[in-house]
Amino acid sequence: MNNAAPNYFNEMLHGAEVRQAYQSLERWHRDMPDDLRSLKQSEAEALFRRVGITFAVYGEGGDPERLIPFDMFPRVFTAAEWRKLEKGIRQRAMALNAFIADVYDRGEIIRAGIIPEHLVTRNDAYEIAMVGIRPPRNVWSHIVGIDLVRTGPDQFYVLEDNCRTPSGVSYMLQNREIMMRMFPQLFHENRIAPVDGYADLLKKTLASVAPQKCSGDPTVVILTPGQFNSAYYEHSFLADLMGVELVEGQDLFVEGDFVWMRTTEGPRKVDVIYRRLDDAFIDPLCFRPDSMLGVPGLMNVYRSGGVSICSAPGAGVADDKAIYTYVPEMIRFYLGEAPILENVPTWQCAKKDDLKYVLENLGELVVKEVHGSGGYGMLVGPKSTKSQIEAFRSKIEEKPWNYIAQPTLALSSCPTFVDEGIAPRHVDLRPYCLVGEKVELVPGGLTRVALTEGSLVVNSSQGGGVKDTWVLAE
Amino acid sequence: MLSRTADHLYWMGRYIERAETTARLLEVGARNALLPDVAGGFRNDWDAVLRALGVYDNFIEKFGELVERNITTFLFFDADNPTSVLSCLSAARENARVVRTALTGHTWDAINSSFQELKDFQRIERSKLSLTDLAEWTLHTVSLIRGAIDGTQLRDDGYRFIGLGMAIERGDNTARLLDVKYYVLLPSLSYVGSALDQTQWTALLRSMSAYRAFKWAYRGDITATKIAHFVILNEEFPRSLLSCTRAINEHLDMLSRRYGRPSQAQSVARSMLAELAEAQVGEIFDEGLHEFLTRYMRRNAEAAVIIQNTYLAGVPA
Repeated sequence: MNNAAPNYFNEMLHGAEVRQAYQSLERWHRDMPDDLRSLKQSEAEALFRRVGITFAVYGEGGDPERLIPFDMFPRVFTAAEWRKLEKGIRQRAMALNAFIADVYDRGEIIRAGIIPEHLVTRNDAYEIAMVGIRPPRNVWSHIVGIDLVRTGPDQFYVLEDNCRTPSGVSYMLQNREIMMRMFPQLFHENRIAPVDGYADLLKKTLASVAPQKCSGDPTVVILTPGQFNSAYYEHSFLADLMGVELVEGQDLFVEGDFVWMRTTEGPRKVDVIYRRLDDAFIDPLCFRPDSMLGVPGLMNVYRSGGVSICSAPGAGVADDKAIYTYVPEMIRFYLGEAPILENVPTWQCAKKDDLKYVLENLGELVVKEVHGSGGYGMLVGPKSTKSQIEAFRSKIEEKPWNYIAQPTLALSSCPTFVDEGIAPRHVDLRPYCLVGEKVELVPGGLTRVALTEGSLVVNSSQGGGVKDTWVLAE
Repeated sequence: MLSRTADHLYWMGRYIERAETTARLLEVGARNALLPDVAGGFRNDWDAVLRALGVYDNFIEKFGELVERNITTFLFFDADNPTSVLSCLSAARENARVVRTALTGHTWDAINSSFQELKDFQRIERSKLSLTDLAEWTLHTVSLIRGAIDGTQLRDDGYRFIGLGMAIERGDNTARLLDVKYYVLLPSLSYVGSALDQTQWTALLRSMSAYRAFKWAYRGDITATKIAHFVILNEEFPRSLLSCTRAINEHLDMLSRRYGRPSQAQSVARSMLAELAEAQVGEIFDEGLHEFLTRYMRRNAEAAVIIQNTYLAGVPA
């Protein structure tokens, strides 16, 4: 077996020794004959295809329905590790929500001089239409996805926050289903905390933020842009697990003070909308007038307390890469606590001194666009050629405010199946925190893995895969 | 249930049924092409097959001559041909994919697997695929899907919409097959009652997988009257117009009971059923078979439009 470079934290190995949490997995992989492994691997792929767990990529030619590569070697957290992570994630999700509520209300954090006003009000995700609105329970981001990386036994960093509609949770659930189906004995040998309560928790969370005018059991729906959206599978999967309707904009209409859905029995009132649609598209009367995906008049009903929208429009103001640097401050300001999870040190190219440092050290840094996502438009200094670095340098000089930079982190690695057996590959983690009446998360998340040797980019659009993520029960 | 969901289920049902019709016609065409023709050489019934599916002109425009190899491609694999097996199964699967939540795992699995297998076929060299195998595969696949629907779907409104789609499509297909065959076989009404080309009639029965069933139900020669009775009025034959109309009625009745409200579609469907239940073959021939079938197809389509407006369009009640 190939050992990881010594400066990376290896989640399975401590020197030559196998960590306690991984011992049964290490035996399992050692005892697995090669032919069984490839058999299981193709079984897993067939299962994904048959169940239809694909994501859609249009406009690149080839089969638009792609599979995210699934790696069968699970990633493991001990109960103690998870306890700390969980606390830190909840803390962060609460602070982010307090921040969004504040910036659409009195803006105390700006008045206190902690966050510069222009970063908030000139942010593209800031919705002026939301000023003065208070959603039920004052919750704005109901599903917070927090991307974490690990660099040492006790060292975790938050890479970014996702306050709008983080995706990928269906993979967390399906990866587990498939592992339990293919390797039941692993689940006898290890006591692994279940994640399948997620859908119930999500439904409870959504029902708990029903609007004031709703009496009785609220009707919850998921609003999808439609079958051509890359995450459509996830939308229908969650609707199915929660037992709620999956609607498109054309299925809803506004009449009187409420939102209704068109059913075979006539109109039915809708109380809570979990929308998987960007702000700009949800109501053509309030946001983009050319949107065909939304519901005209939705925002009026929302303002008058006739319907809840999750996440609230404008919640994205908190997950921008420029705001990100202030999250530890938010935690101190709103919660009066010390941050449990650390941020990655970040240089903002908009600041003169930071820009100077970044340009002088491009070869060692990771540079990202402030509004970018999906691993596009970024520079990984140590993995780039001279000419790539120089090309990026001129882009930064042209629009410095558009970029931030971070040190190249020594992401932890986890054993991953490769042609020759197993080898360490870099991983990250996205847990999903639910915020409603309570703040909760299931023990687990989505582990993404960079399948290419040495690569630090885990995004599925850049050749990343996924793994089942275990949290061992106490 | 969401109107859009009901709409997708309904069309899923229609496309599944349509795929089966195309496959049966493929099978018949392939079989007949193996039979010697009276005038020497082999028979060629492909034009009748294409006409029955209403795609004769499209085919000629695209390929010119009636060559079997092209016909197979056109009827099985051609995405531009809306009645090809590929088009129908893809459309059924697209509709199913959108309403995954309304289908059981088994139903989805049956539909999705068929689509994956179809894609595998596309990668195989055409000369290695026999026409009969492709037709058989389709019939087998459709049976599997139908079985999954029958064996696992809840008998809720969704089930009724799938059933309505299937029954309406099937009624239309039966009427169309009979109409076209009849035209091809008997270009003039004066031929009625004359000695018939047994092979042609056999082909019609085979295209509805009813050849053996017919033999059981009727004795003696195959005649136009017996065929018409079997295909239109026989209450045991699952593809007869009577059976299809009965199924439409049953589904509509169950829907109105469930929703606690009668629908206009019910009255249309009831009057269709009443007529068929009373009809005699003689009267049908008096009216003119073609005229009768045209009238049936029009009323069937009318019922479909009312179903669309009442349940599937999502107009506020």
